[in-house]
Amino acid sequence: MSVDKETVQKIANLSRIAITDEECEHFVPELNQILGWVEQLSEVDCSNVEPMTAVIPNKLRLRADEVTDGDKRDKVLANAPVAEHGFFAVPKVIE
Amino acid sequence: MANIQDLGIAGIRGGIDSGAFTAVEVAETFIDRVSAAKPLNAFLVETPDHALTAAKAADEAKAKGETLGKMAGVPIGMKDLFCTEGVPTTAASGILEGFVPQYESTVSANLFKNGAGMLGKLNLDQFAMGSSNETSAFGNVISPWRRNDGGNTDITPGGSSGGSAAAVAGRIAPAATGTDTGGSIRQPAAFAGITGFKPTYGRCSRWGTIAFASSLDQAGSMAHDTRDCAIMLEAMAGFDVKDSTSLDLPVPDWEAALNSDLKGKRIGIPKEYRVDNMPSEIDALWQQGIAWMKDAGATIVDVSLPHTKYALPAYYIIAPAEASSNLARYDGVRYGKRDLPDGAGLQDMYAATREAGFGDEVKRRIMIGTYVLSAGYYDAYYTQAQKVRTLISQDFDKAWEQCDLLLTPTAPSAAFGLGEKSDDPLAMYLNDVFTVPSSLAGLPAMSVPAGLDGQGLPLGLQVIGKALDEQNVFNAGLALEERAGFVAKPEQWW
Repeated sequence: MSVDKETVQKIANLSRIAITDEECEHFVPELNQILGWVEQLSEVDCSNVEPMTAVIPNKLRLRADEVTDGDKRDKVLANAPVAEHGFFAVPKVIE
Repeated sequence: MANIQDLGIAGIRGGIDSGAFTAVEVAETFIDRVSAAKPLNAFLVETPDHALTAAKAADEAKAKGETLGKMAGVPIGMKDLFCTEGVPTTAASGILEGFVPQYESTVSANLFKNGAGMLGKLNLDQFAMGSSNETSAFGNVISPWRRNDGGNTDITPGGSSGGSAAAVAGRIAPAATGTDTGGSIRQPAAFAGITGFKPTYGRCSRWGTIAFASSLDQAGSMAHDTRDCAIMLEAMAGFDVKDSTSLDLPVPDWEAALNSDLKGKRIGIPKEYRVDNMPSEIDALWQQGIAWMKDAGATIVDVSLPHTKYALPAYYIIAPAEASSNLARYDGVRYGKRDLPDGAGLQDMYAATREAGFGDEVKRRIMIGTYVLSAGYYDAYYTQAQKVRTLISQDFDKAWEQCDLLLTPTAPSAAFGLGEKSDDPLAMYLNDVFTVPSSLAGLPAMSVPAGLDGQGLPLGLQVIGKALDEQNVFNAGLALEERAGFVAKPEQWW
């Protein structure tokens, strides 16, 4: 499978990266080279093979449903590019 | 007695213990080394006060006759992928410029609890994506090593833990933290002539470590020798409720059980690691390593890991897929950079912020990851890669029926010159051909400096062990180290 300029722009949009036309030009051959190379995986017979989910057998633990953290609003907001009235501030979302 | 700057963790511990010098003297020595090493660009942030405070605490504890922590008075370098409270942390990316964590990563907290001080934050490949430290938004790290041709070509320290490797190799820090997703501890350790250890996946908590590919990311130690790596790893590792994949197991006393007698151990030599175009010097070193293992009492067994050639392509689907999800959090809302073009809405802000903040290699991997996870391609790429990963893991399980450890070269070449491979992403990826398979299987592995090539640059040998069997990896590493007698160090030119 290979990607063209239009597909790369679509992937960039899905990735929320506003790449320039110039960047797109050089990403097309680079991504195709990588995708062409990973293509070799299709030659491996994987019938009856389960996809890996955990490299080291490990159980997901449950913990008591208790509050163990919190009450640190100012710390949470400390690195926000813009914070107002104790909230993260973003540009207007709904017209 | 050796200069303080040439000492590692055990040497510093011994000197403080015997009263040969104080922890403050150690900290001052390395703080001076750090500020004199700016041409290497290994440090992004210097934190001399942190190192001095820890040193004073160690000296005071000693004066009071208290038991000192494993890392008491040892000033370390911290890869800038570990969040450190109150100290800027960027993962070498523009998108996190100005980010000051309000919390401490578990690994750094464990090290500090054990008495370590911090000299500063170490440069790396951006988000740990790279094998040469050339993807950092804050400039390349330059290896302290130079070729013996009399030229002054800047050499890569390897990556992604390039700052860590350069700092230890240049005697700028006695030890440093690293993280390894596909070889990011072992390959730079080999390139810089130091020792690097990646434990079993889950030994070190990932909490507070900036995520690249969560099913692969694992912290480890980078130092002058095997003993130092063992001491440091003991101080870093341990169960952490805040990481759901953290292993709920006690941390063994690896240092106390170090033993380089390999009698009764079977060392597997995987035939698939004999790759095309491997320099003859690497092959010769591998043969030398086999002879050293025999000399240490081990028996050598030829083994096969038939799916080895598929490890890299599987890795370059799985790691970008996980990265594309993990890096979705950088949106210009909660932390880091925000780029808000005039009149832009929320979606435009996300896209502009990520365009401005991420470097090329990071964008490439996010886009590859997004593509292989997208509707219609998910099974062909991602599911297939995870199936191949199962086969790779099973290859190791089968090998363990015949042997206890594996011996391979760490990297397919010595360090290359900066810029020599940066135009070809695929050529760069091939650096990790020997380290990626054990990462995909979550196994403990280390690189031991074993010799110099014809250009005078270091080469490393890799030991891979069974899951949770760090001890035998350390022991085999020690056996190699004792026989290799690697004492070469870079000439100080900076």
